[in-house]
Amino acid sequence: MALLSKKDANLIKDPLADNNPITIQVLGICSALAITAELKASVVMAISVLFVLGVGNVVISLIRNMIPSKIRIIVQLVVVASLVIIVDQVLKAFAYELSKTLSVFVGLIITNCIIMGRFEAFALGNGPWRSFLDGIGNALGYGVILVIVGFFRELLGSGTLFGIKVLGDPVTKTGLYSIGYENNGFMIIPPAALIVVGIIIWVQRSRNRALIEEA
Amino acid sequence: MLEHLELFFRSIFVDNMVFAVFLGMCSYLAVSKKVSTAVGLGAAVIFVLGVTVPLNWLLDKYLLQDGALVWLGPEYADYDLSFLSFILFIATIATMVQLVEIVVEKFSPSLYNSLGIFLPLIAVNCAILGGSLFMQTREIPNIGLALNYGISSGIGWFLAILAIAAIREKIRYSNVPAPLRGLGITFIITGLMGIGFQSFGGMLTGDNEPPEDEQNTTVETQEEKEIKKEIDDKEKAVSYNDAINK
Repeated sequence: MALLSKKDANLIKDPLADNNPITIQVLGICSALAITAELKASVVMAISVLFVLGVGNVVISLIRNMIPSKIRIIVQLVVVASLVIIVDQVLKAFAYELSKTLSVFVGLIITNCIIMGRFEAFALGNGPWRSFLDGIGNALGYGVILVIVGFFRELLGSGTLFGIKVLGDPVTKTGLYSIGYENNGFMIIPPAALIVVGIIIWVQRSRNRALIEEA
Repeated sequence: MLEHLELFFRSIFVDNMVFAVFLGMCSYLAVSKKVSTAVGLGAAVIFVLGVTVPLNWLLDKYLLQDGALVWLGPEYADYDLSFLSFILFIATIATMVQLVEIVVEKFSPSLYNSLGIFLPLIAVNCAILGGSLFMQTREIPNIGLALNYGISSGIGWFLAILAIAAIREKIRYSNVPAPLRGLGITFIITGLMGIGFQSFGGMLTGDNEPPEDEQNTTVETQEEKEIKKEIDDKEKAVSYNDAINK
């Protein structure tokens, strides 16, 4: 971390834990939950958001003095939408199957509140380098939760990770399945994602009691 | 008529915006602390979805789809502009929201006062863009169905936020473990409600059957009303128990 001053390093570190966009700021949940049934989709989604937020934050920060504040929302939307179109086209070209799985959720990165939130809260008031770090930090914080949720849902729901059968084969009864283990179909259905995130929040807030909300 | 009815119930219950595809979660979590504000936001969402989905349907049909520009002349038949849909859809939504805000302010100040603060929020509500994108991927065939889809998914979202707001108002009196308070418990409740809504999944099977089982559909809708009543009753019972425990 010799490259970064301590203040800059915090821009990346904070969103990973104590100021996590999903569990603390409650931003960007919309797209976070629907695509986490498989680890692969979660990782791709996390990378897409990393790209959009990192680049978008720099762009907004560079033009921040030129945007009339009245139309800034539209300007921000145009910047995000253009970046998302790039992501969408790249996915369609190089990972068509995956882009089918993600379906509309790639497009929904546009309205992912993390992105607008960071533009508004950070990029409009800070220089490009710091905005870039902030974007990367928040996207990583978002990605971490996505990957954790995806990991548990795929492992417990289908017994696979990245499509590899890590727990043995359920049909031929090898590995764990030979002693009577069953996949938990419940983890595959969409609502399970909410419950997993709820549990992550629970664990995180039990470890750091300063984060507990006043009822 | 039957397809309208089917789409209507499908979008409200089976493909509920919140419980099946998690759209609009941000505002769903942020604005669900009180029933009255939840109703305001829900109404605004129904309204904006009802306006933007048919509009974007027109855009998609006559501008974006592969070969949609053919009405300009045969030489335009090869154009496929669908990669522009994100940017055009979001532009339509942002503009419509602005327009709706101005119109409502002019003609119905009382409605404006109750919706006022929520309208700008809605431009970045994923449920709105999601509605248009789903309309596009599901290839809804005509504008009537698109209007129906917009309004009914709005109603689905409205029901969801109304339910969670009511539960959150009640749960304030319950003894929730401190780290779960607020956000955590809301997530878990939403998950449980989502599982409940999964039970509607079998409600509308028999997609492509000829229209002669219109009777069947009405029976189904009745059934579904009963189920809903049951759920409501259960929820009531739960909150009642909570109150007693307290």
